[in-house]
Amino acid sequence: MPETITQAITSELSRNIQLSIWILLLPLFSFLIQIIFGKKMQAVNPAFATILPFAAIFSGLAMSTVIFTDLVVNRYDPNHLEVWDFSWVFFAIPQMKISMGIMIDNMTAIMLMVVTLISSLVHLFSFEYMKGDPRFSRFYAFLSVFSFSMLGLVLSHSLFGLYIFWELVGLSSFLLIGFWFEKDTAADACKKAFLTNRIGDIGMFLGILIVFITVGTLVLPSIGESEGVYALVEKGELAGTMLTLAGIGLFCGAIGKSAQFPLHVWLPDAMEGPTPVSALIHAATMVAAGVYLVARIFPILTPDSMLVIAYIGGFTAFFAATIAITQNDIKKVLAYSTISQLGYMIMGLGVGAYSAAFFHLVTHAMFKACLFLGSGSVIHAMHHALHHLHDHHTDPQDMRNMGGLKNKLPITYGTFLIATCAIAGVPFFSGFLSKDAILAGSLAFSMSHTSHFILPVFGFGAALMTAFYMFRIIWMTFHGEPQKKEIYDEIHHENPIQITLPLMILAGLSFWIWWAPKDILSFIVGANAENSWFLHLIALPKIAVAETHELLEHLEHYTHAAHIPATVISLIVAGTGILASYLMYQKKSLSADDWAKRMGILYTLSFNKYYVDEFYVNVLVKGFLLNLNNLLAWTDRVIVDGIVNLTASLTVFVSKISGLFDKYVVDLLVNASGFSMRAAGMVLTFFQTGKAQNYFAFTVLGILALLTMIVM
Amino acid sequence: MYHWELNFITFFPIVGALIILLPFIAKEHAKWIALFTTIPPFFVAIMMYLNYDIALAGINDANSMQYVINFPWIEKFNIHYSMGIDGLSYPLIFLTTLLCPICVLAAWKIDKMPKGFFSLFLLLDTGMAGTFAATDFFLFFVFWEVMLLPMYFLIGIWGGPRKEYAAIKFFLYTLFGSVFMLLVMAAFYIKTGTFDFFELMAKSKEGVFGTFEVGGFQFWAYLGLFIGFAIKVPMFPFHTWLPDAHVEAPTSISVILAGVLLKMGTYGILRIIYPILPEATQYFATTVAVFGAINILYGACCAMAQKDLKKMVAYSSVSHMGYVLLGMSVLSVNNPAGMTGAVMQMFNHGTITAMLFLLVGVIYDRAHHREIEGFGGLASHVPVYAGFTTFAFFAALGLPGLSGFISEALIFVGSWSTYPTITLWSVFGILLGAAYLLWTMQRVFMGKLNTEMKHFKDIVEISGREKLTLIPIGIIVLALGIYPKPMLDLINASVGRLLEVVNPAVAEQVSQVIK
Repeated sequence: MPETITQAITSELSRNIQLSIWILLLPLFSFLIQIIFGKKMQAVNPAFATILPFAAIFSGLAMSTVIFTDLVVNRYDPNHLEVWDFSWVFFAIPQMKISMGIMIDNMTAIMLMVVTLISSLVHLFSFEYMKGDPRFSRFYAFLSVFSFSMLGLVLSHSLFGLYIFWELVGLSSFLLIGFWFEKDTAADACKKAFLTNRIGDIGMFLGILIVFITVGTLVLPSIGESEGVYALVEKGELAGTMLTLAGIGLFCGAIGKSAQFPLHVWLPDAMEGPTPVSALIHAATMVAAGVYLVARIFPILTPDSMLVIAYIGGFTAFFAATIAITQNDIKKVLAYSTISQLGYMIMGLGVGAYSAAFFHLVTHAMFKACLFLGSGSVIHAMHHALHHLHDHHTDPQDMRNMGGLKNKLPITYGTFLIATCAIAGVPFFSGFLSKDAILAGSLAFSMSHTSHFILPVFGFGAALMTAFYMFRIIWMTFHGEPQKKEIYDEIHHENPIQITLPLMILAGLSFWIWWAPKDILSFIVGANAENSWFLHLIALPKIAVAETHELLEHLEHYTHAAHIPATVISLIVAGTGILASYLMYQKKSLSADDWAKRMGILYTLSFNKYYVDEFYVNVLVKGFLLNLNNLLAWTDRVIVDGIVNLTASLTVFVSKISGLFDKYVVDLLVNASGFSMRAAGMVLTFFQTGKAQNYFAFTVLGILALLTMIVM
Repeated sequence: MYHWELNFITFFPIVGALIILLPFIAKEHAKWIALFTTIPPFFVAIMMYLNYDIALAGINDANSMQYVINFPWIEKFNIHYSMGIDGLSYPLIFLTTLLCPICVLAAWKIDKMPKGFFSLFLLLDTGMAGTFAATDFFLFFVFWEVMLLPMYFLIGIWGGPRKEYAAIKFFLYTLFGSVFMLLVMAAFYIKTGTFDFFELMAKSKEGVFGTFEVGGFQFWAYLGLFIGFAIKVPMFPFHTWLPDAHVEAPTSISVILAGVLLKMGTYGILRIIYPILPEATQYFATTVAVFGAINILYGACCAMAQKDLKKMVAYSSVSHMGYVLLGMSVLSVNNPAGMTGAVMQMFNHGTITAMLFLLVGVIYDRAHHREIEGFGGLASHVPVYAGFTTFAFFAALGLPGLSGFISEALIFVGSWSTYPTITLWSVFGILLGAAYLLWTMQRVFMGKLNTEMKHFKDIVEISGREKLTLIPIGIIVLALGIYPKPMLDLINASVGRLLEVVNPAVAEQVSQVIK
């Protein structure tokens, strides 16, 4: 386990910090210009409207590469850390303040690279994919604001900064999912995504409140004299149940953003957004922010909160995989696959496989972006074919309408296959390394705590299903006979370079070679994550909680023992999954329909996503919330306001009685009723002129009269 | 040195009102005169900011008030014409002077008796500015009442179909509250012989009002004043005048009503009740917090159930003013976040809700109805209008980067340490807030464009004048969301002092520890 993180603090801005500020601000600038002038630029030439977003993100990529090279190649120091901090919100008492700032360590450098790289490729991909859209410039504006928010999220040095950018990525996600808001499904989906995330954010916000109120700061690392959250937790200022609650609260944010059960429902619907958006936001970067958050708060997690995290993640990995195997919409399969893979990462963090989980985040970002963009390439081709056929009813995303496409879209096929191998855990691909490390971690955890044997079962079960449903996509989409001959014939050639280049780059990064080699031996042997440069740089941070520290030290004994069995089992399950899908969808010696019937209720549940959405919509929203609202609105109108009106009526009634009394009793006695009433009436008629000027004058006179009366 | 600024801000509008009323002024010119008499006060307010000393706290110390004007007015009763500002009142004076010209622009198309409308509006402006500037209870009360009458006529004459009902309800409800205020003011005077805020505070500290006990003088004085102000906030269950008044009022009056008038309730509580009756304040703090939470949740739930766009926004005000109540119920000297957030939220709600009402006005002017279900898909038809609305809605739901987020977050930071359970409930307000706003947004702007909607041909893109009303507010909302320091600097000293005044014992300890 590494020593204390070096507190390399810069009083002036280091070069890396300066670069990161530019990386952050350029997309924001691009967004602002784009949102104001985009339409006019697009009117001149659509390409004109993309110059600024492209410039912003590609220079961001270049600068990220500089930072990455500096940290990863030059320094190669697991403990490197640079922080820049400024006070942002000040209170009446000086010791209480909220600061914002930038933190750059290896994790940030790698995340910067991942975000700017995939964002750049998606910018490129979209140029062709979104061509001809009337809101083309708006799309690039939204991509820019997303890049800004996501980069801010990974650069933030405090929980408060994280929360702010967390919400902003939520906004960008909302805008991009609802990009085609004319479709009711898209309008529903963007609202659902934002609100579901807000539920998680409430927990996260409360977690932040606990931390801030107890330790008085939200900055994670210590900066010079002022200690950060890690250090203060280590000193025991926040401990025990409150720390567990804070950890679980913060994790709630990750449940929302990383689409973990039970808040996973928004992610499949988010596929209503344009496919490049799905690749960038809902596969590679934003949804991984939850994992990133948990990694950042890892040093302050207690064993109890880790257990919650492990179970939520493990269950989600398994649960989402069981849904993915029965879906027919290519993007839906990938969406559930993303949920499942995010579950892996979350489980990895929960069982203490910190480096492995973050490793999987990065490898997953590459191959899942590739898969999504690949599906986008297929959909793009299908869409064009259908457009030529004037067919507006056939679903271009339904795999039952595809088949045999490998002949028409060879590059898409090749890259898709590589990425599929990576996600399925085939040796010599990146996913094999990272997934294997997580599975080994879960196995080690269950070896040391045998009562939690279910965690590796979830893990390996999900791995089996992942191999199955991913190759199911391959067979159904690219192999076999074309299901719809007329569509197949209408697809003439592979998509242009703007689409295929990003695919090739991402597929290239799905090989193990980029991640594994530290020395030539492991380069050849390949299948071992332990010597990877990645795991050297992303080493376990210093744990601030004593119990967790013990737990992890205890686990370390089992990790080596678990490694070989985990590798063997994951090879077996991956092979089984691939074989099963081959027999069922390619060779057709096993009938998918028969198996569906044989599974009976399980198949129905999986196909209908366990009716979770229906439960939320019908029971919680329509059944509970909307009825409660109507009840309260009724109460407000009828009871609360009713009392007010009743009081008014009673007052009028009483004054009428007293008026009658006045008229028939008092006036009779005075015997001057006729005159006084008429006089009063005349006076009042004089006042009711209907002219505002007069009302104004009376108002002023009245006030003066009132004043005079009081003063006299 | 003689300070003229507050006099100018308060009375310059009334000069305009009198000019408008001159018989030879054509009614087409009324709006121009109104515009030119509301803009200079805004610049004077900016000038005041530039020379404002943020180190001075004000609150209970007459010497650290700024731009003070003080001379005897009715000597027989020891009534002074005294004005001054501190961190508590300045943001609201700024808000008033900002919103008034905007409201004149928003009312540009009024063609029913414009002379009457604008002269009453300017009188209202005087009342509002005076209320925030006054440092003498009697003067405060006079301005408070000055504001009431023009409001009554502005709703009652220029309002919608049920304007008479709404106007009389507003009038009687507020009057009902001011009666209590008047009684307490008189009682204070009888006990102390002064109306001056600072002298009242000093006398209260000396123990003129006796010690606090349930059912004693302070107890009843607190309740009397509090009900008067709570009606204005409006606090549940005294809030039902608000939706009616808003639905019937013309756009610019709604903006003033929600943007400025509601703040008078919370301002009055902080300016008068807190420093004069600190013990009662301590005693009732938890109750205020509970009512704050009720406002937040109840207002949000009611907002979600509304079918009328303007009513929805009106209930969102109920919800958002709940945050102010919650924040100001946190009386901890060690954690000023809640109070800071509350004072800031008063300003931020003023700007954000002003945008919301202006936007509702824009669509109402075109469609002549406000049924949420009667629209649909407008984002593709009027994209710029949709863009402005999206901005305002996200500001209202507390998106980071926009000003509402900071005040709401600060309020929760404050309330969590004192009332964890109440905070736990209130935090759901941020979910419900997002729910009703996004749901409304979906029904009005998203989906397929509903070309069958009423007056579809009249629904055209937002005009330059309307943009002019929204952009200045939008800039402030954005600027304070990104960089709240100027606002916090303004209010910090006063908030700190206010908390010390409310916690005399604790403040004593703290200062000894520091020594």
